[in-house]
Amino acid sequence: MPKFVLDGKEIEFEQGQTIIQAAKKSGITIPHFCWHESLSISGNCRVCLVEIEKMPKLAIACSTLAAEGMVVYSESDKALSARNAVMEFELINHPLDCPICDEAGECKLQDYAYSHGSGESRFNEEKIHKDKRVPLGPLVMFDGDRCISCSRCIRFCDEIAKDPQLTFIKRGDRITIVTYPGKELDNPYSMNVTDICPVGALTSRDFRFKARVWELSSTKSICNGCSRGCNINLEVRNNQVLRLTPRQNEDVNSFWMCDHGRVNTYKFINAEDRVDSPYLRRGGTLTRSGWDEAFAAASSELKSYSKNEIAFIGSSFATCEDNFLLSKFATQIIGTKHMDFMPHFDSGFGDNFLRKGDTAPNSLGAKTVGIFPGKGGLDLEGIIKSVKDGQIKAVFLMEDNLIALRPELKEIFSKLDLFIVHSSNFNETTEIADIVFPASTYAEKHGTIVNFEGRVQRLRPAVATFDVDRALEGMSLSRWDKFGTKFDSWAEGNKRDARSSWRILAGLSGAMGHKYRYGTAEEVFMDIAKSISAFNGLDYEVIGELGAKLKLDSVSKPAIA
Amino acid sequence: MALKRRKKDLTFLEKIYIPEIAKGLALTFKNMLKPKFTMQYPEEKFIPPPSYRGRPVLVMENNGVERCVACGLCSRVCPPLAIEVQAAETEREKERYPIKFEINMLRCIFCGLCEEVCPEEAIVMSKDYELAFTNRGDALYGKDKLLTPVNQLQDRIDFLRNYK
Repeated sequence: MPKFVLDGKEIEFEQGQTIIQAAKKSGITIPHFCWHESLSISGNCRVCLVEIEKMPKLAIACSTLAAEGMVVYSESDKALSARNAVMEFELINHPLDCPICDEAGECKLQDYAYSHGSGESRFNEEKIHKDKRVPLGPLVMFDGDRCISCSRCIRFCDEIAKDPQLTFIKRGDRITIVTYPGKELDNPYSMNVTDICPVGALTSRDFRFKARVWELSSTKSICNGCSRGCNINLEVRNNQVLRLTPRQNEDVNSFWMCDHGRVNTYKFINAEDRVDSPYLRRGGTLTRSGWDEAFAAASSELKSYSKNEIAFIGSSFATCEDNFLLSKFATQIIGTKHMDFMPHFDSGFGDNFLRKGDTAPNSLGAKTVGIFPGKGGLDLEGIIKSVKDGQIKAVFLMEDNLIALRPELKEIFSKLDLFIVHSSNFNETTEIADIVFPASTYAEKHGTIVNFEGRVQRLRPAVATFDVDRALEGMSLSRWDKFGTKFDSWAEGNKRDARSSWRILAGLSGAMGHKYRYGTAEEVFMDIAKSISAFNGLDYEVIGELGAKLKLDSVSKPAIA
Repeated sequence: MALKRRKKDLTFLEKIYIPEIAKGLALTFKNMLKPKFTMQYPEEKFIPPPSYRGRPVLVMENNGVERCVACGLCSRVCPPLAIEVQAAETEREKERYPIKFEINMLRCIFCGLCEEVCPEEAIVMSKDYELAFTNRGDALYGKDKLLTPVNQLQDRIDFLRNYK
């Protein structure tokens, strides 16, 4: 491999790589604003100026190709003074409003001003004022004053979202960013511009002023908005999810995620209508009960039906662990073959970038771990028909709001003698349920989900419940979580009495007289890895932060993929 | 054990004590006639100098609006985590304001770091030292108790401008 020298260190590079790329590969970050790994090179911020031997002037590292034997200095006096000059120039018209700016704390300009700025401004004149608080689209707010004209957002819309909506207008220090006439920034990926904006010019309207970024704890998780399974960070304060941000995974979503995933998939976690304990229907209304009481009721009710009168409906929203145990519970303890899950398919949702038409995160996983009808058993449509006919008298439904998706089922399922539901929130389905178990959401449990192409990825708890304790589970802690006590209103937030579905099933199996002895989700997964060939050889360690591919040739792909 | 002797024996006058008692009484009577320093608290209040760090308060401008923009720096710097700030948006020129600002006076240690870090001169240490609560809830001071008109805090603000 060819080599060049950067700050006295030999660095290997591939032909065609720029200096900044090669440096980044070797773990050296040359300061930059406008350069972004996934976007074209624009070279307008000039902050990556480096000194190169035998070159008459400084060159920008983002667009200069590395060459064999090149000697580059990124920290020499000449390079540093150029960088300081560029910083001074960027800061001339940048307002000093970090206290009210949402970007503060994760702002590149702030970081570089701290490390490279002179600390004082020589500019005593009036700063140029541009439009502030301009809603560029339904989810993105623009502040012209703060913009440093790096053009990352423009390039993102052109190159990644493939929907040119933004452009520069005017010139020199009056340059600003607008949407094309009659357009707004409303492409399905618009909020990514708030992540790549190096300053606070583009901010999320959904997260606007909700919290300072340094107050948040961040947990590596997976988006549950569709079967792509974009890697995300769940950002939590006071036990409330406040925002989701994409996490880089080149095999799944690169640096990006869609707006639907970002704003529509976390609010139910913080919602007021969470199921906060088991509920039993007594005299027509759901009433709160204890766990043991609910387990006893569910088990004695289930025992009063023959195995062919009971059907199980798994969930493409629940984890593999949950579905695996449901399948085990149905076949081993109840002995029924009637088992399936509801597909969630929206043909209008998918596109050819990230979004997939299958809007549930774990359809493939549910199917792979055993949620399908046994030999001679009924599939979902068969179950619905038999419920209508009265042949199936009891249905056990895990984590899916069937009736919201298909309202006509309400009348049919109301006929059931026994309808047991695991649900995180009260909804149309719990309205007609006889026993409701409070299920943890994807942000409250350990588990794995399998995306559309068979990549198994890990969920980690970010929100504490009675079931998962922040300290004991090794969950990420913010300073508030670390030092707060139960007397502080900002420390523990609303902790709910919800459990992972697999833990509910394990509890119920005890009441049925056939106890599953799993202590953690990892133990369930070890069992999956042992008994299902596609998962052979996998464990939580192997899956890691970026996921692992299943050996899927042994499983038929679901029809809805 | 050897007897320990005094280095110097008392004189006769010292032994009879009377002159010493008279000396002491003379001092007492002298001070009775001097001006008094005792303050009749709580009837009479101590008014501290501007350098005094009493409980932190929020500065309220004359138009009834707080100066605070809810940047959260006081909350970040607070060593005992006494301050909780929740920001929200307003139509005013400074687009951000604290919809909730709470100081837990049981946690506060009166160090004044919040005042020192504040970029808006919006939180200052007042002269209020009278803090008593009968339960934990009462010790949470919200905006209603914290907002103080700027003219009552002027001497502290002037002091800070000179010395900060």
